[in-house]
Amino acid sequence: MAKIVIDGVTYEVNPNNNLLQECLSQGLDLPYFCWHPCMGSVGACRQCAVKQYRDEDDKDGMLVMACMTPASDGTIISIEDEGAKSFRSEVIESLMISHPHDCPVCEEGGECHLQDMTQMSGHNYRRYDKKKVTHRNQYLGPFISHEMNRCIACYRCVRYYDNYAGGTDLSVQASHHHVYFGRHEEGTLESEFSGNLVEVCPTGVFTDKVFSEHYSRKWDLQTAPSVCVGCSVGCNTAPGERYGSLRRIVNRYNSEVNGYFLCDRGRFGFDFVNSEERLLEPIQRKQGKAELLTAAQIEVSIQQFSSAETIGIGSPRASNESNFALRCLVGDDNFYAGCSDAEYESLGVILALAADAAFHSPSVREIEQADAVLILGEDVTNIAPRIALALRQSVRNKAKELADENRIPQWQDAAVRELAQHERSPLSILSPAVSRLDDVASERIIDSLPNLIAFGHQIANKISDSAATAVSASSEHDDTLALIAQQLLRAKRPLIIAGNSNGGELIKAAANIAKALQEKNDDAGIDLCLLVPEVNSLGMGMLVDPANKLGAALARLQDGDAKRLIVLENDLYRRATATEVDAALEKAEQILVLDQLPTRTTAKADIVLPATAFSEHEATYINYEGRAQLSFQVNKCQKMAKPSWRWLNAAEHIDDLVQRCCNEAKGFTKLSEVLPADNQFVAGMKVPRQSHRYSGRTAMIANINVHEPKQMVDDESIMSFSMEGVPSQKDSTILASSWAPKWNSNQSISKFQDEVNGELKQGHTGILMFEKSTSVGAYFEPPVNSLTAAEKQLHLAFGFQIFGSDELSARCKPIQARMTDAYVGISPEDAQSRNLVQGDTVTISGTDSNVTVCIRTGIKTGTALLYCGEGSLNPAEFSEFIEIEKCEKQSASLGMRNLILSDLQDEDKSS
Amino acid sequence: MVTKPLTKNIDMSRPPLDIAAYEANEGYRSLHAIAKGLNPEDVLQLVKDSGLKGRGGAGFPTGLKWSFVPMGENSPTQKYLVVNADEMEPGTFKDRLLMEGDPHLLIEGMIIAAYTIQASKAYIFLRGEYTVSEQVLRKAIKQAKEKGYLGKNILGTGFDLDIIMHTSAGRYICGEETALLNALEGKRANPRAKPPFPQVSGLWGKPTIVNNVETICNLPGILSYGVDWYHGLTNGNDHGTKLFGVSGKVKTPGCWELPLGLPIRELLENYAGGMQDGLELRGFLPGGGSTDFMLPEHLDITLDYDEIAKVGSRLATGTMIILDDKTCPVGMVGNLMKFFAHESCGFCTPCRDGLPWVDEIFREFEGGRGTEKDLQVLHDHVTYLGPGRTFCALAPGATAPLGSGLKHFKEDFDRHVKDQRCSYKH
Repeated sequence: MAKIVIDGVTYEVNPNNNLLQECLSQGLDLPYFCWHPCMGSVGACRQCAVKQYRDEDDKDGMLVMACMTPASDGTIISIEDEGAKSFRSEVIESLMISHPHDCPVCEEGGECHLQDMTQMSGHNYRRYDKKKVTHRNQYLGPFISHEMNRCIACYRCVRYYDNYAGGTDLSVQASHHHVYFGRHEEGTLESEFSGNLVEVCPTGVFTDKVFSEHYSRKWDLQTAPSVCVGCSVGCNTAPGERYGSLRRIVNRYNSEVNGYFLCDRGRFGFDFVNSEERLLEPIQRKQGKAELLTAAQIEVSIQQFSSAETIGIGSPRASNESNFALRCLVGDDNFYAGCSDAEYESLGVILALAADAAFHSPSVREIEQADAVLILGEDVTNIAPRIALALRQSVRNKAKELADENRIPQWQDAAVRELAQHERSPLSILSPAVSRLDDVASERIIDSLPNLIAFGHQIANKISDSAATAVSASSEHDDTLALIAQQLLRAKRPLIIAGNSNGGELIKAAANIAKALQEKNDDAGIDLCLLVPEVNSLGMGMLVDPANKLGAALARLQDGDAKRLIVLENDLYRRATATEVDAALEKAEQILVLDQLPTRTTAKADIVLPATAFSEHEATYINYEGRAQLSFQVNKCQKMAKPSWRWLNAAEHIDDLVQRCCNEAKGFTKLSEVLPADNQFVAGMKVPRQSHRYSGRTAMIANINVHEPKQMVDDESIMSFSMEGVPSQKDSTILASSWAPKWNSNQSISKFQDEVNGELKQGHTGILMFEKSTSVGAYFEPPVNSLTAAEKQLHLAFGFQIFGSDELSARCKPIQARMTDAYVGISPEDAQSRNLVQGDTVTISGTDSNVTVCIRTGIKTGTALLYCGEGSLNPAEFSEFIEIEKCEKQSASLGMRNLILSDLQDEDKSS
Repeated sequence: MVTKPLTKNIDMSRPPLDIAAYEANEGYRSLHAIAKGLNPEDVLQLVKDSGLKGRGGAGFPTGLKWSFVPMGENSPTQKYLVVNADEMEPGTFKDRLLMEGDPHLLIEGMIIAAYTIQASKAYIFLRGEYTVSEQVLRKAIKQAKEKGYLGKNILGTGFDLDIIMHTSAGRYICGEETALLNALEGKRANPRAKPPFPQVSGLWGKPTIVNNVETICNLPGILSYGVDWYHGLTNGNDHGTKLFGVSGKVKTPGCWELPLGLPIRELLENYAGGMQDGLELRGFLPGGGSTDFMLPEHLDITLDYDEIAKVGSRLATGTMIILDDKTCPVGMVGNLMKFFAHESCGFCTPCRDGLPWVDEIFREFEGGRGTEKDLQVLHDHVTYLGPGRTFCALAPGATAPLGSGLKHFKEDFDRHVKDQRCSYKH
């Protein structure tokens, strides 16, 4: 620690940081624009100028930029110095010269960092009376609006988009006061993380287009701390609601998980909540006619279902509470997994490994710290996007190391990048096709799944002889595999990533590599990140008995062993073959389905109970690393939907249910720790979901009734559906919308952090559920590969898309605007031998599935990468090999237009 | 004895000397001295002893700059020498004379500099409009390569050097050494943060020395004739000769090699032929567009870095721009402001948004619409854009003629506001 003096007061600070960061960490107000807590300093905006003094006798001092000056011991500065203040007011005056002052019609108004900083810097009278500079705006796709006239040229957008997120299609153009931030031509921003521009931009240049379509001011949104349900990372979000509809999602800081950034699926994939298709009434179908059920009838029905003859199928996209409530209703033995058998099998492997002392499941922040990474078969960008963003930071650890060697502070962002240039920490990718992370990969092997599995075992064997090696078809990659093994061995914090998107064998190979490293390092657990597909895949997996596969449930129904079925938030036609599901549903005497949106499964149900969406109920989920997180309810569903657990368990309070899950379910002992403690609240007052500036309370339903209604009461939660209450002061994890006096934008988060980039004050980052055993498990044996491809057969691997592979977000209009048809990716050679050209429709032999052909240069001949589209193909229908043949009837609805791949073969080349 | 080491071979009425003629006039002698056993440390010491200061404008001691390059086993093996030949300072045309007139002198100097810091690659970052310089230099580089002065194992020293010619795509800011490096890497020509200095992390993150053409051209003489000879060249406190240029309404504008320490009056009257008939000297910028105005009363000050600094200006590039009494000083400053505003890279706020405002105000003055408020804004910008407040030296450079112009030609500015016209226009 270092001691520095700011305006006569001594502070203890971290000398490895710059003065601006330390001033903010101390809770002081110092205006800034170009600096960002995650992106360091570049010294562009000059807004954070302070006076620095050589020593106590120095009365004159000199102006320095706080963001560019180290907080070294003995530094004496003044923020309040008149010279510094006057310079800061001149800077803001300059910045505002061409700003349109269109705050009343600007989406950013009310949460605008530029507004806040303008006020803070004391610029309130306009002297500039010449012509303003104006720009043309661009169409940037369905997510982001562009209004360049508001730009103050802080350079944050390009630094975030290009340098941090690895985008290539946003740049700064022109010079002097004509600098322009945009694409080289109009078009959709390609990065999967483009939505963060909305929050990174300090003013309204990049705004949320989806939000603008049903806009509301920040202060008019009802907001609560929530968790994204788009994938298994569990990023923390703050959804905002008004007039009963969900308006937007913004990032909610969690130091261990998402930090400051979300992916575009998470930010823009919420619209299904407002969908007109939503199931909103409990109905019973009798002779094809739907009848509305009364509360009493539902109670009776549920009673009927609570017998030994009822099978309950859980859901990886439903909360722990809903899964647990169903398990309680039908009994442990009758509660089955709501995912495909293959997925459930590999989920079992993942859960078993979670207890193994040889491994550590890293958080997103820990992933950023890895200095050598191996991705085994997983398309991280499309499966757990936020982790892909973290991996892009991990490769920069080499740059940080070089910076330390050259005594360049790590926060000197531009200088560190200029020093390191293309030097990166190793990131090796073994995958069936090129991926969106390949631009930062050091080693890359593209091969069929059986070969990738063999390569994984070979790497493990090269690290430690104790791991059995595997035979692969070729030895062409031997040197690369040896290099990868060396890189992992040399690393201080190696990381292996795999997942269950393509079966469990890759997971076993990954585990062997990590185990071999652990054996060599004899250290605490090696980082092994195993990705699962859905928000609560792990939670569901922990609640279901390992033997209770979906296939077994369907068989029991078919055999008549069970007569009734409850399906929890799940479309079985995505989990098993249509034949199996049809046969089982056919046999079942009564089917009850709880869900939010109609699916093929709800269509077959006798009773459909409408379930609330993620923003309409309180829930806990367990993410890929075993982190339990609590997601609060944002607003009441104004129709008849209820949380699934409430339908299944009418009486119990949510906290009691959580407590009971804690006591009764194996592995859930720590779950109740996510609940806020009652004693943290001032005088027992609740935490308001509405801001103190919430407007229209007396008028917003005046079209229905001029009397102000009684405020809705929430007796399930410590939050209130009103402005009343005391914003949580002590426990910042109940911080939905961050706001502090003078700081109306999301930048106010620094006021709630222990220190900049630290944990939220006295909050927690979620509760890690897994207990490690003390022992280290044995190595896995490589699989015996007896199958070989017949002529014309292709090795199958499943492909995924950030926009489309998630069931619920794929039903949102903005996401649909970025989706593609189901496609099968094949190599140019395979296309040629089958006489196929780019965009042809093919039939997958033995099925009636038609898909578009996508000829990719970055895929191995003999491999087919199948993207199943949004429910158009059922992955359960396919086995290890497929054959494709040209289909006479050519059809494509969405086409490949939205596919962003680096290896798509040009159409003219393939013809 | 050689008294004009920079221009002894230059005669613009004929093509520059080819390598044979250059060698015949004692060219490349320094390389043979190196081949006989001068090691890099020896050369560095000679350059330090010579007292050579950078001729690009800042006047930083060259030997000291070089000594910051990390040397030895643990230092990065790849180092770079970059010659800043992006001569774009308003009123400056001295490097052009050297490159067009005697290309081998530059090449010889580059070999010396590269050898000292053990850089195996050297770049010439050349102003794009200098097409003649490009042709002449390319030809000379080819000759030097054929002769074995460039390439592998130069004169058996084990030292390798390639010279790469890069013609700039334009922009004044490329003359700023770190912006130049970004441009050379194919990036936007924005300056970089200092520290780290290029000597530690420069081109492609490797130790790099950036020197001006004229600085490099001083090296062959120092090595060939020695430090004592070099010290004997000057009349003043700083060592060596310097190219001085004069532009504006003088009788014979031009560029001459003269010893440092000559009185300004001598340069103006003996070499530039004095003011044109009927014109009086009103003031002058002593070292290009980003230096402060000096007045006729300063004519007896000598051309020395420190002497000129004493009266609040800078010797900088040593090429002066003359203001006469029939030319509007407001117009002259306004013209410079237009240039600087246009050439701002747009990275930091004061420069990007401040200079265009200043420029706009000068357009108002020109159009007879200037106001007292405008004048106040100009005064405010002199401190606002001053040293230490902006990211690089471009805007502070612009405040030099602006601030000194407002001070020395106050009555002209006031008259523009009062009369709502420029009285120099008829």
